[in-house]
Amino acid sequence: MNPAAVPFLPRGVRVHEDRVRGMSVLLAPERALKLDAIGLAILGEVDGETPFGEIVTRLAARYEAPAERIAADAAAFLDGLVERRIVEVRP
Amino acid sequence: MKPKPNPPLALLAELTHRCPLACPYCSNPVELTRKEQELPTGTWLDVFREAAEMGVLHVHLSGGEPASRPDLETLVAGAREAGLYTNLITSGIGLTEKRLRALDEAGLDHVQLSLQGVDAALADRVGGYRGGFDRKMQVAAWVREIGFPLTLNAVMHKQNLDRLEETIDLAVELGARRIEVATVQFHGWAARNRAALMPTRAQAQRAREIVLAARERLKGILVIDYVPADHHAQFPKACMGGWGSTGLNVAPDGTVLPCHAAQTIPSLRFERVGDRPLRDIWENGPAFEAFRGEDWMQEPCRSCERRHIDFGGCRCQAMALAGDAAATDPVCSRSPLHARLVAEAEADAAVTEAEFVYRRMNSPALVS
Repeated sequence: MNPAAVPFLPRGVRVHEDRVRGMSVLLAPERALKLDAIGLAILGEVDGETPFGEIVTRLAARYEAPAERIAADAAAFLDGLVERRIVEVRP
Repeated sequence: MKPKPNPPLALLAELTHRCPLACPYCSNPVELTRKEQELPTGTWLDVFREAAEMGVLHVHLSGGEPASRPDLETLVAGAREAGLYTNLITSGIGLTEKRLRALDEAGLDHVQLSLQGVDAALADRVGGYRGGFDRKMQVAAWVREIGFPLTLNAVMHKQNLDRLEETIDLAVELGARRIEVATVQFHGWAARNRAALMPTRAQAQRAREIVLAARERLKGILVIDYVPADHHAQFPKACMGGWGSTGLNVAPDGTVLPCHAAQTIPSLRFERVGDRPLRDIWENGPAFEAFRGEDWMQEPCRSCERRHIDFGGCRCQAMALAGDAAATDPVCSRSPLHARLVAEAEADAAVTEAEFVYRRMNSPALVS
């Protein structure tokens, strides 16, 4: 994920508040992925307008963590979803 | 007291058994439900609400051909309103552009389109429906135009496995995000077509190689889910992810099933929606309790280290092949029946000329 790339959730993918299990899940075709607090925070910044670099800056500020670490974690998380066609990017 | 089972993730809603296609591997039961016995709209909407309240996330609207139900749009809207992720499993026949736009309005999340073959000659022969392939390609184009995410569901067997690479290419061409490459399973109607459908060992091996290579090549383009030919496997598949553990089915007449083929097990007693809350049926229904957990297992499953991985395989296949639903699935190399299963599979695979026995609503086997 390069800093200028703009990630977004394509149609058919959405975050769902699962009240029965008391967790957030990412719903996609034939998939339901449990979201932990980190995943939820990352996806919370994925709005289809904000470039990846800015997402990292915001998360680093909010969690008072080094930007390099946030960048590595967020890229691994989002790249994994891109590979599975659950997240898409605008170049 | 037994621990309460986790809530189910998915509901397969078999809205109807009516279908214009006549696939020789149809997964609907041998005894089909007539239109008059189908649940009315309001009952389905209640089922969706109950399912969502008990923790179901995905509803798969299936059949038969779900577009045979004129109230499909209402059902999708109701399922979405209940909070469910809605997946339409369709042959495409019966869907018009207008209906697809109405389904879009209703909030349909995802379309799964079946594919019988990569060209009209093959697909229409397998589906037993002339013009079906061209119609499907038209539906796929509308799906893409509207923007629904698309999955192709390709049932593979002796007569189309040699064209698997083209099948995967077609999925990419149609803009699908996913393809399910599902080697045919031999219960229900497919059992009558074993000689026409059973893949050879070489085909099964080649299919695996093609899938692995395509997964690598198409990362980020196409997700490939693969159900291998289990008659050629060493260990059985973890059917349903474990009986009564992740999903449930509601048949067209409201019968609640642990899996779509469960009615082939004569000892099971089923309940219907409305008999008692769906949650009660899931948690305590005798058909769900029958093979939940491990207490029901016999040897060699009972002491097998893989029993938490594959749960002894498919109960319906054990019933069909071993005559005992609690037996080890004969697909497993540790089953005493395995050698016979392999010999029969190889004999069926070797047959080169076999006619399809098509599945139609008025087929002679139908008991009304």
